[in-house]
Amino acid sequence: MPSISRDEVAHLARLARLAVTDDELDLFAGQLDVILQSVSAVGDIATADIPPTSHAVPLTNVFREDVVRPSLGQAKTLAGAPAAEDGRFRVPRILGEEA
Amino acid sequence: MSLIRSTAAELAAKIHGGEVSAVEVAQAHLDRISSVDKGVNAFLHVDTDGALAAAKKVDDDVAAGRPVASPLAGVPLALKDVLVAEGMPTTCGSKILEGWHSPYDSTVTRRLREAGVVILGKTNMDEFAMGSSTENSAYGPTHNPWDLDRIPGGSGGGSSAALAAFEAPLAIGTDTGGSIRQPGSVTGTVGVKPTYGSVSRYGLVAFSSSLDQAGPCARTVLDAALLHEVIAGYDNMDSTSIDAPVPPVVAAAREGASGDLSGVRVGVVSQFSGEGYQPGVLASFEAAVEQLRQLGAEVVQVSCPSFDYAMPAYYLIAPSEASSNLARFDAMRYGLRVGDDGTHGAEEVMALTRDAGFGAEVKRRIMIGTYALSSGYYDAYYGSAQKVRTLIARDFDAAFATVDVLVSPTTPTTAFKIGERVDDPMAMYKADLCTIPSNLAGNAAMSVPSGLSADDGLPVGLQIMAPALQDHRMYRVAAAYEVARDAAQGGPLIQRVPQLEGI
Repeated sequence: MPSISRDEVAHLARLARLAVTDDELDLFAGQLDVILQSVSAVGDIATADIPPTSHAVPLTNVFREDVVRPSLGQAKTLAGAPAAEDGRFRVPRILGEEA
Repeated sequence: MSLIRSTAAELAAKIHGGEVSAVEVAQAHLDRISSVDKGVNAFLHVDTDGALAAAKKVDDDVAAGRPVASPLAGVPLALKDVLVAEGMPTTCGSKILEGWHSPYDSTVTRRLREAGVVILGKTNMDEFAMGSSTENSAYGPTHNPWDLDRIPGGSGGGSSAALAAFEAPLAIGTDTGGSIRQPGSVTGTVGVKPTYGSVSRYGLVAFSSSLDQAGPCARTVLDAALLHEVIAGYDNMDSTSIDAPVPPVVAAAREGASGDLSGVRVGVVSQFSGEGYQPGVLASFEAAVEQLRQLGAEVVQVSCPSFDYAMPAYYLIAPSEASSNLARFDAMRYGLRVGDDGTHGAEEVMALTRDAGFGAEVKRRIMIGTYALSSGYYDAYYGSAQKVRTLIARDFDAAFATVDVLVSPTTPTTAFKIGERVDDPMAMYKADLCTIPSNLAGNAAMSVPSGLSADDGLPVGLQIMAPALQDHRMYRVAAAYEVARDAAQGGPLIQRVPQLEGI
C-alpha cells in the first residue's frame, strides 16, 4: 500500500508550482496518503490484458478547414493580463533562478 | 401561478403569446434574486442590464410579429460560472480568476443568446468544479433552499439552488463526476448530463477534459429537454464534439408524459445499494422503481461489478487531467499575479500565485494528479485507472444489451450539513459514487426527483442512465415517472420548498 511522506508532498508541490506553507504540507501529507490508499484499489482488477481507455468517444485527427478566421486582436487579448506593457504581456524575469 | 413559480414551458407560451412580456419575467426573477439570494448565495454575478436588454429583444420580436428565436426565447436562465460569457466575469469559483472577464463567448453561451434565452447571471460552484457541496467556492458556500444549513450539492450548487429558490426556471451545469446530477438530487430538481461530446466544451473552463460535459438543469423534465435541444449539437470548435443529430429529447419527454412505459426494460444496478446508503434514500428509490413497474416497465436486476472501482478510477483520472489543465493558471496571461515585485523570478511568481489563488481541494487534486502521472507510478495509477474505464464501459455495454435504461439512487444520502464533510475528502468523494460511471463511459444520465426522504424530509433523486446518444430514452422514462410521482404525491415536489421570503 502507498504511503506518502511529507518530503514527497513537498516535492509534488514543487513540481506543480505550488508554494505551499508548512502547515499545508502537514495537512496534505495525511490527506493525500488516505486518498492514494483508497484509489490504489484500481490495481485489483486492472490486469495486463485489458486495453486502456482515454476517451469515451474514440476520435482521431479532427481537423478544421484551414481558412483565415477573425481572431481576438491585441487589445482584447491583453485586457485580462495581470500586467501589460507596450502592447505585450509583461512577465517577471525568467533568468537568474536556480536550475 | 406566479411568474417565478412557473415552468420554462409555461413562461415561454405566455411570452410568445403576448400575455406577459419577457422584460416583466426577467424583472420578476431579478427581484426574487434581490430578495432571497443573500441567504442562498446562488449567484456570483447578476447581469441586470444584460438580462433586461436580452428580454427586450424578445419582446420586440413578439410585438413586431416576427417568429421568436427558439421555443425558450425570453425565458431566464442561470449560467454556471465555469462557462465564459462576454460582458460578465468568469471566476470558476476561484480567487485566481477574480475579476477576470472572458474576451469571447463559450459555444453554450452563444447558443443561449441566439435562442433568445435571457441570462440572469453566473452561479456559484466548487472551485474549478472540484467538489460535491459548493463549499469549495472561494466566494462562500451556497445554501440549499430546502434547509439553509445544508449543502445544495456540487459542484453546480449555485445552479441547483437557483432553481429550487425560484430565482431562475432554467440553469446550466457541468458534470465531470456528477456535478449536475448530485446537486439536482439534493435540491429536488432535474439535472441532465448529456452524452459526452453532445454539448460543446468550447469556452467551458477545463477541469477534466475527457469527462467534462455541460447540460441542462430545470424544475421539470420537459423544461430540461427544451434546454437540452438549445445547447446541444455539433461544434467544430470542440475536437471531441460528436457530429450527429441531437437525440429527440423534447419529443421523448412529451411521449413519456402520456404515462405509458410498456415495452421499456429497466435495469436496477445491484451495486448501488447497501452500506452507506440512507434508508430513506433506498425507500424512495424502491418506491420509484415500483412506480416504473406500474407504468408498464419491465424491471430486472443488473450487476455491473466494475462500478465498485469507478470512484477510485475517477479520483485518478480527473486529478491527472486537472493537474495538466490547471497548469494554464501561470500568472502570466490572465488572472491573479502575486509577488511580482522585481525580486521574484517567473517561476517563483507562478508558485506564489498558485498557492495564493487555489483553494485546498484544487491543490490536493493537482498534487494527486502530478503523483499519478509521474514516471514511477504511471502504470500503477493512471494506467490502471484507464483500464478500469474500459471495464466500466464493458459493464454498460453488457447491461444495455439486455435493458433500455439503468436506474439507481443519484447519490447515497440526502443533503448533508454545511461543514460536515469539509475536512474529510474521502467522505465528500462518496457523494459521487453512483454518478461517476456514466462520466467514465461517456453515456447519458440524469437525475429526477423521487420524493422526500422519510429520514429527514429532504429531497431524493432517481438516476436514469441511457446508452451514448440515446438520451431520449431516459427523458421518456423520466417524464413518465414525473407524471406518476406528481399524481401519487399530490403535486410537484418542488412546490414544497419552504418559503424563503424575508431573508
